[in-house]
Amino acid sequence: MSPLLDVRGLSTIFRAGDVTVRAVDGVSYTVEQGETVAIVGESGSGKSVGAMSILRLIPSPPGRITDGRILFAGRDLLQASDEEMRRIRGGEIGMIFQEPMTSLNPVLTIGRQITEAIEQHRGADRATAARRAVELLGLVGIADPSRRLRQYPHQLSGGMRQRVMIAIALACEPKLIIADEPTTALDVTIQAQILELMRKLTRQLNVALIIITHNLGVVARYANRVNVMYAGRIVESGLAEAVYHRPGHPYTVALLRSVPRLDRPRQARLDPVDGQPPDLTRLDAGCAFRPRCRFAIEACAKARPSLEPLGKDGHLAACFRSHELGRLLGAAA
Amino acid sequence: MRAAAPAAPPLLEVSGLSMHFPVTEGILRRRKVGEVKAVDSIDFTIRRGETMGLVGESGCGKTTTGRCILRLERPTAGKIVYDGIDIAKLSPKQLTAMRRRIQVIFQDPYSSLNPRMKVGEIVAEPMKVHGIEPDATKRAARVRELLAVCGLNPAFADRYPHEMSGGQRQRVGIARALSLRPEFIVCDEAVSALDVSIQAQVVNLLEDLRERFGLTYLFIAHDLSVVRHLCQRVAVMYLGRIVELADSDELFDHPQHPYTQALLAAVPVPDPSVEASREFRPPAGEVPSPLNPPSGCVFHPRCPIAAERCRLARPEVREVRPGHWAACHEIG
Repeated sequence: MSPLLDVRGLSTIFRAGDVTVRAVDGVSYTVEQGETVAIVGESGSGKSVGAMSILRLIPSPPGRITDGRILFAGRDLLQASDEEMRRIRGGEIGMIFQEPMTSLNPVLTIGRQITEAIEQHRGADRATAARRAVELLGLVGIADPSRRLRQYPHQLSGGMRQRVMIAIALACEPKLIIADEPTTALDVTIQAQILELMRKLTRQLNVALIIITHNLGVVARYANRVNVMYAGRIVESGLAEAVYHRPGHPYTVALLRSVPRLDRPRQARLDPVDGQPPDLTRLDAGCAFRPRCRFAIEACAKARPSLEPLGKDGHLAACFRSHELGRLLGAAA
Repeated sequence: MRAAAPAAPPLLEVSGLSMHFPVTEGILRRRKVGEVKAVDSIDFTIRRGETMGLVGESGCGKTTTGRCILRLERPTAGKIVYDGIDIAKLSPKQLTAMRRRIQVIFQDPYSSLNPRMKVGEIVAEPMKVHGIEPDATKRAARVRELLAVCGLNPAFADRYPHEMSGGQRQRVGIARALSLRPEFIVCDEAVSALDVSIQAQVVNLLEDLRERFGLTYLFIAHDLSVVRHLCQRVAVMYLGRIVELADSDELFDHPQHPYTQALLAAVPVPDPSVEASREFRPPAGEVPSPLNPPSGCVFHPRCPIAAERCRLARPEVREVRPGHWAACHEIG
């Protein structure tokens, strides 16, 4: 069976004057029905732009999708008309963003924002939509739904607003939800509540989830598979278990080593990634991580390594030395 | 509450510290209609040379506590005794001298640096204000030295903040804080806005600087993993109160207060096999409004082990294990 979402060779650029930034540069991955895939990376890695490209929400100009295919349930979203895309966004594909205060309309009641989606996408009448809205708020764990539906976003707490966003995302029974840093703005106990809720509901309703995050702990707790991005490319991809325990890219290794862990006693020093984040306007032909990589060799300056198989279960890494990385790390330790 | 038998007197001793903000109504005639107890009678000490962590979620009062120590707020009650002097009572003039000894590093390297000033001017400004190093040439040399100490190219003195990355800007903020040769630095979410790989660099820098200059830190943060790594002792705050305080490893390995336990359980660990084996249920409900806090123990509405007395009486902080303090009726 073909995957629910199949992104192939996606490239998105931004132009400012005569400077071109390749924010997403030839990204390919798949998402199966009901599966949770994490896209992890730091600021500027292209993780959000990539997701926005799937929804065709790239502001143009300055942005433009220059290449690739986005096959969703058999259709190429890049070929879809604007009208079709409007039906898909908020319909078959739900969206949850980081800051619920800015993604909810401040002058409409919570109820109106949920029913609007149901009326538009489902052609339901007001009464049916209102009943469904009450049901959805119950589903996302909001007590006293009929009262909440009459309230405005500013009357709700951050956690509550994010629950409303989830209700809206689920309103039209989507097959896929794209969540971009859904809990980054929330406190840790509320973050845990929201993530548990998303996990429970995506399982219960068999919805696939793409979760975009910088938090390696969130990935470890919630994702089946993970794509690690750096400078617009996926540098490593695989089952979370394999990527964390047998990383095949020096950047993944560096990321995992630079986070302090709550379950480990105080260590002497962290082992950070040296150097500065990449400047996307000044990338050369070589591997973008090379200037910060302690295992870089001559070949790394000449070409950017492509994603190649590494071990089983679809584990991929884009590094000329991924097969010897385990040995190199052993020698360096 | 006192720390476990310190040999020397503590550098900072906070006792009964409260910061209550009035809530007013009316435009022409303002009436006080209530108050927010942002910080409500807390005690802790910090020893010279140690890093003390202050953790908790939004609105718990950790930042207000830091602002009181910096005297950016005038506390409504309590003492803040720094090296024998009560900061809470100082006049503005006396404060100026104290501010040379106590500095701050803020969270956001984007909004805490003046975008119209060059990096060199930003780092030199505290020296100008306090009349240290009046000689411009010497001051410029000191700026270059401070930038180098913080891992920046001294030539960055001629750049503007917007030409730098977030991590570099945070280093500028650190260089500025060091310019007066302080003893004590309040780090308020100092690494929270940084990407993982850069955050680790800055965490290491803070550690190095503490050793090199014998600094003492109050490290205010919501990221418990960073706090565990960086701090020798940790205090957990909830709704304006300290609910637990202990040595870092003791607190993280043997959390006693139900709130601390919930907080630690909520943090996912970056290891899928560890996560797969963890039982976990997030605490129900949200933090109540500090305008109208719950009676008795402020955590009781969300607490899994709350009993009748928790609604009635406020638990005092007491020693529940050696050197380990918690405010809970139901433990120990």
